[in-house]
Amino acid sequence: MGWFNKVRRSLGSGEKLDVPKGLWTKCDQCGEIIYRKELEAQFHICSKCGFHFRIGIDAYLEILTDGGFLEEFDSKIRSKDPLGFVDSKKYTDRLKAAQAKTGMMEAVRTGLVEIDGRQVILSVLDFSFLGGSMGSAVGEKIARATQRATELRLPLVIISSSGGARMQEGILSLMQLAKTSARLAELREAGLLFISVVTHPTTGGVTASFSMLGDVIVAEPGALIGFAGPRVIMETIGQELPEGFQRSEFLLEKGFIDIIALRSELKQTLTTLFNHLLNESETVPGPDPA
Amino acid sequence: MEHTVLDFEKPIIELERRIADMRSYASVEKIDLADEITKLERKVERLRADIYSNLTRWQRVALARHPDRPYTLDYVDMMFTDWIEVHGDRHFGDDKAIVTGFASFGGRSVAIIGHQKGRDTNDRIFRNFGQPRPEGYRKALRIMHLAARRNLPIVTFIDTQGAYPGIGAEERGQAEAIAVNLREMAILPVPVVSLVIGEGGSGGALGIGVTNRIYALENSYYSVITPEGCASILWRTRDHAATAADAMKITARDLMEFNILDGIIEEPGGGAHRAPHLAAEGLSTTLEGAFNELCSLSADALIDQRIEKYANIGVYTE
Repeated sequence: MGWFNKVRRSLGSGEKLDVPKGLWTKCDQCGEIIYRKELEAQFHICSKCGFHFRIGIDAYLEILTDGGFLEEFDSKIRSKDPLGFVDSKKYTDRLKAAQAKTGMMEAVRTGLVEIDGRQVILSVLDFSFLGGSMGSAVGEKIARATQRATELRLPLVIISSSGGARMQEGILSLMQLAKTSARLAELREAGLLFISVVTHPTTGGVTASFSMLGDVIVAEPGALIGFAGPRVIMETIGQELPEGFQRSEFLLEKGFIDIIALRSELKQTLTTLFNHLLNESETVPGPDPA
Repeated sequence: MEHTVLDFEKPIIELERRIADMRSYASVEKIDLADEITKLERKVERLRADIYSNLTRWQRVALARHPDRPYTLDYVDMMFTDWIEVHGDRHFGDDKAIVTGFASFGGRSVAIIGHQKGRDTNDRIFRNFGQPRPEGYRKALRIMHLAARRNLPIVTFIDTQGAYPGIGAEERGQAEAIAVNLREMAILPVPVVSLVIGEGGSGGALGIGVTNRIYALENSYYSVITPEGCASILWRTRDHAATAADAMKITARDLMEFNILDGIIEEPGGGAHRAPHLAAEGLSTTLEGAFNELCSLSADALIDQRIEKYANIGVYTE
């Protein structure tokens, strides 16, 4: 059995996958005890079973870019509480807790980066901030970054991991699907390239907008990708879901993603795509290394 | 057909029945009960005003889902002439939960796209309870693109609990189908107006809802997730749907406050199902006004206006 088959068993809820602190860590999938430094050196992929641990924005910046954000956009944009939303907790408290836990203001960071010497507009969502959910702030940041790509005539990459629209901002969250997709329409009309990278898990309003709109869609192995969550589907149809349903490999088979790339090969995958799909005017070299 | 009566409709309907009984008694017995009838009619008006101005959000959801409420094809019948329905996405099939076609409206031809629910059990199953699959969104887009090439304005009727969450729908790319519609609707070069006539269920509604203008009937709702869905996630039980409806603020009046809607269309006393023709008249007047304004705009102006409309939705600090 390939390692990607094994992924299917344990990636149910998308919880408990954050890389734990400490010297050693246990693989959620195969139980292997791994030295944390080694895990980091191997792109947070389990050396035994190939399980891709969930990683944050900084890790993606390190893996993909030449030195992180050259310029970060709109870092002060953050959510308000327009509905005065309270369930078991206040939304404002949930936001504060997420900010304290992650050290980020919101579930996405956007900016200008260089990938192998090419300038790219990059947006990265982080599931550890309220499930990577998209409210007004996330929608606005992604829309603006997309608009900048159009203005600067640069390729756009968005790395998704999200449970979808943020319920605590109600209809305003839903409308962010339209806002971000409309900006992508402009980018596309301008003839520019958008590569969507989809990671575990990406569902709901984020798949029903920018994640599925890439000219090329690249997914990490074993990622849960779908419109409705598996639990909702099971409740609706009243039967068990087929093995591997809504995983990257399933979407590749059904024709809805282009490529499954190991995280260790992600940068090379993007570079190869850029080599083929970008024309010279879109390839802006970064400043010469001093 | 058996009519459904919601709890809060009961006192009104009982009173109306008494008035009807009194009328037939008066005519059979040839006695004059006009004063008593007028009194009762005033009473029913007051009662209706009182009940309907104090409905909770969850009660409005019940009205939006009322089994007697007019659906898309009912409005097509009442508001348009020369309707011709067209079918199929040219890839997989014809989704019965979304109807598409062309009709005349105020002297101009228009494209119509709408969610369609069923009236009786068989019809409901035939329409998949108004929950579209990907081919519904792809059919809708095909007709929108055709309308764009023929320079026809488009009206969409929104009335779904959401896109269907099923295995086949996922296999055939429900998310991709909706996402592509959001992107493509943003840049349609013709006027596009949406009318929310019942339920505005999440991405399934928005998939035909990226428009220059959005109007909603008074007792409709539009939400990021159904109240039951929200309750089951955040309160761990669907029983808290009423609480979730309040928390998410999903009624037409709420949407007006968040600058989502361009207008609320009043419904006849007791809701659209009590006098469908009056509801249709309200929708027609609004739609005509919107088309008159939008049809004078250039394609670029329409696209800019639409993209800006959505760009401006959102509340955040910076």
